[in-house]
Amino acid sequence: MSTLTPTAETLPDLEKGRRLSVDIRQYGILAALVIIVLLFEMLTGGRLLMPGNVNNLIQQNAYVLILAIGMVMVIIAGHIDLSVGSLVAMIGAITALAMNNWGLPWWAAVLLALLTGCLVGAWQGFWVAYMGIPAFIVTLAGMMLFRGLTLVLLYGGTIGGLPPAFVAIGAGWLPPALGAVGKVDVLTLVLGGLAAVGLAAQLIRSRISRQKQGFPVEGPVSFWAKIIVAVVAIMALCWQLASYSGMPIILIILAVLILTYTFVLNRTVFGRHVYAIGGNLFSAVMSGVKTKRVNFMIFVNIGMLAALAGVVSTSRAGSAVASAGQNYELDAIAAVFIGGAAVQGGVGTVIGAVIGGLVMGVLNMGLSILSVDAAWQMAIKGLVLLLAVAFDLINKRRGRR
Amino acid sequence: MSEEEPILRMRGIVKDFSGVRALDDVNLEVARGEIHGICGENGAGKSTLMKVLSGVYPPGTYTGSIEFQGKEAAFRDIKSSEAAGIAIIHQELALNPLQSIAENIFVGNERARYGVIDWNRTNNEAAELLRRVGLNERPETKVYELGVGKQQLVEIAKALAKDVSMLILDEPTAALNDEDSNHLLDLIAGLRTHGITCIIISHKLREIRRIADRVTVIRDGKTIETIDMSQPDATESRIIKSMVGRELNNMYPDRHAVIGRELFRVEDWTVHHPVQTSRVMVDKASFFVRSGEIVGFAGLMGAGRTELAMSIFGRLWGTGISGRVYKDDKEIKTATVDEAVGHGIAYVTEDRKRYGLNLIGAVATNISAVGLAKLARLGVIDRDREYLTADEYRISMNIKTPSVNEVVGRLSGGNQQKVVLSKWLLPGPDVLILDEPTRGIDVGAKYEIYGLINKLAELGKAVVMISSELPELLGMCDRIYTISEGRITGDVPRSEATQESLMHLMTMGRESVR
Repeated sequence: MSTLTPTAETLPDLEKGRRLSVDIRQYGILAALVIIVLLFEMLTGGRLLMPGNVNNLIQQNAYVLILAIGMVMVIIAGHIDLSVGSLVAMIGAITALAMNNWGLPWWAAVLLALLTGCLVGAWQGFWVAYMGIPAFIVTLAGMMLFRGLTLVLLYGGTIGGLPPAFVAIGAGWLPPALGAVGKVDVLTLVLGGLAAVGLAAQLIRSRISRQKQGFPVEGPVSFWAKIIVAVVAIMALCWQLASYSGMPIILIILAVLILTYTFVLNRTVFGRHVYAIGGNLFSAVMSGVKTKRVNFMIFVNIGMLAALAGVVSTSRAGSAVASAGQNYELDAIAAVFIGGAAVQGGVGTVIGAVIGGLVMGVLNMGLSILSVDAAWQMAIKGLVLLLAVAFDLINKRRGRR
Repeated sequence: MSEEEPILRMRGIVKDFSGVRALDDVNLEVARGEIHGICGENGAGKSTLMKVLSGVYPPGTYTGSIEFQGKEAAFRDIKSSEAAGIAIIHQELALNPLQSIAENIFVGNERARYGVIDWNRTNNEAAELLRRVGLNERPETKVYELGVGKQQLVEIAKALAKDVSMLILDEPTAALNDEDSNHLLDLIAGLRTHGITCIIISHKLREIRRIADRVTVIRDGKTIETIDMSQPDATESRIIKSMVGRELNNMYPDRHAVIGRELFRVEDWTVHHPVQTSRVMVDKASFFVRSGEIVGFAGLMGAGRTELAMSIFGRLWGTGISGRVYKDDKEIKTATVDEAVGHGIAYVTEDRKRYGLNLIGAVATNISAVGLAKLARLGVIDRDREYLTADEYRISMNIKTPSVNEVVGRLSGGNQQKVVLSKWLLPGPDVLILDEPTRGIDVGAKYEIYGLINKLAELGKAVVMISSELPELLGMCDRIYTISEGRITGDVPRSEATQESLMHLMTMGRESVR
């Protein structure tokens, strides 16, 4: 506490109390995830966190996490995107056609997919940002339009037999370049170690620099406890992965996306403008924020991420079908709201959306292991979404009083 | 006052908000049929007290007793206080602009049989109520077609429809021009003859002095005193003294600015209405401001003051805009906010909650919103610098907040206004257009804002100050432009200006129309 600035020291106790409660809310969703994991770990007799299931949890839910990262920006800015599920299917069709019918190499097909996603995003962004049509309408139209185009592209059929290199994106692992000790992949552990060290170093560095400049920092106990928990969690995850098939390629992609977009939203002028638009559109306009351009870019971005999700889910499925991506938009939206975003816009985080996606994923997997009927799984997920948002609202209301 | 039993007696009201005492043993007695003013600085507890009375805070969340109409009263919610005959009209109007006047008057109180609305009865009774409040509009008129002044009258009609015996008005004239305010105050005075008791909360002490029979002053959650306004010593400064606990003998701080060369000039500025595009809202307006000078704009609501400012600043308002803008004798373009800011122009909005602030954002991010480029490199924000910069403003502007990470929506009006000002000072403007910079903030904060404005002039900036309060313009400005129906009708130096002479110029066009 000796490092607190005078500003923080003079805070009334009430203020400190409120800060603490804000922190609890921030970690609330993480706590919920931990509780759900522990619950299912118990109910399934320890099967939930077996290496294979941990691996599948990541590979099966990658699409929803990628979509949620794009969707959280859309929702912070006060919009919605209903078209991403259909776009996933259409991109899948285009990618499969590019490789199997047009003879493109897998990487060119992926580039083509991402480019198409950007173009589709630009198309929707144009209507939303420059024509002023509500995103709900534009993307509802997109939902039907892209689904229809998918059917046209695939003639209602399936394109299978995709190249192995492509399939590896969603369903493959990094080669065991550093060999294995017993059945445990060394590369995975090394990567995990690097991530843990990097995270800890970053947190410590920023703490020291804040202390030097006289900013308030959190107490040392909770700070170090947080680092230890994070490092243990990362290493445990990597140990389970290493004892299965190694590092899923998609996890590397996800990690890069999470870091990049957290940076974009927290540290860049663009990210600040996204929050400004969602928080008070009028004020943003009057402060000189180029709201149209920002809105346009938000849709280009989610178009690109939806395309990536399309690539990932097609590669994991190993084939393109017209029914792919059904309800993906709803999964992504649910993840974002479970992750603490506000329906009115202006509030939300990438990490929250990712945790929200994981909550849904763990529920899916846990209920599946318990062989709960798919119909009941859906019903339970619906209730969880409702409860999560209700809980958040009640909390906020109490905070305001 | 009379020996009669008071209509309302609140005794020993104590209300805590998570450990902070908002009301501390407040006593309030309102006599039957009187107009009772409640004065106090922002945050003194006026609104909280009214929320206790009207049931927004149910019994159990406060202690103390309320007696209404001679009976012990403890309202669980607004519905039950309304049933007992108490209606509250909030500062922010709560009408649905897309519905008609009649629909708004009877919302939640519909004239219906078996759930089916009786439109004849609805419209007839609404017409009768409109006559009572002196509003000459048809009941079927949609509310969005009405100005703020008329909407306020609809609110009162709505309260009257509930057969109330007590009306609580929270800052009823905050958004009204003098003409509409006068009309409203006359109406409130007239309600007395219908046996309706009024409690009026207002910062405008002139108005309180004009219509209130008695005034209760609240400071820091405590009742200070109740002043009988018929006494000869019941003056505005007496009320102010008991509000702030200190004498404000100089409402307008001294300024030592040197007026220099002309910095900013607008010529032949014409603006049309954005929807009714043939309607001229600003008509060939020309004006200039010199460095170190504070220039006022006086005009009644709808005269085109805000429209003039917002059309110059990035064409935020209006269509068919023509005219020329000069900065340092060079013609400049201000077609977007970016261009205007780039030329060193700042516009501080009259409506800080709607246009000025991201209320769910932190103080720091609000302050940095316009000048963010200064705090960023290659699009990446230096957040430490942002925090420090915001903190410098917190100190220099005396923004009362636990930290600059606090959410702006939690600050009081005066402190929010300081945040808006900080946000516009950060880019380092030379020309500041301040639209109603002291609207809805308490006396102490007003004085601070005046001091800040003076400091800006002393730094050689050109300040344009738009205000509805003539005393404020007379106290602050070197010159005052008057504007009426979109035309600039006068350019009066302070030494020659009086309220009467300004008002005459402000109403020029209207007389000839009548």
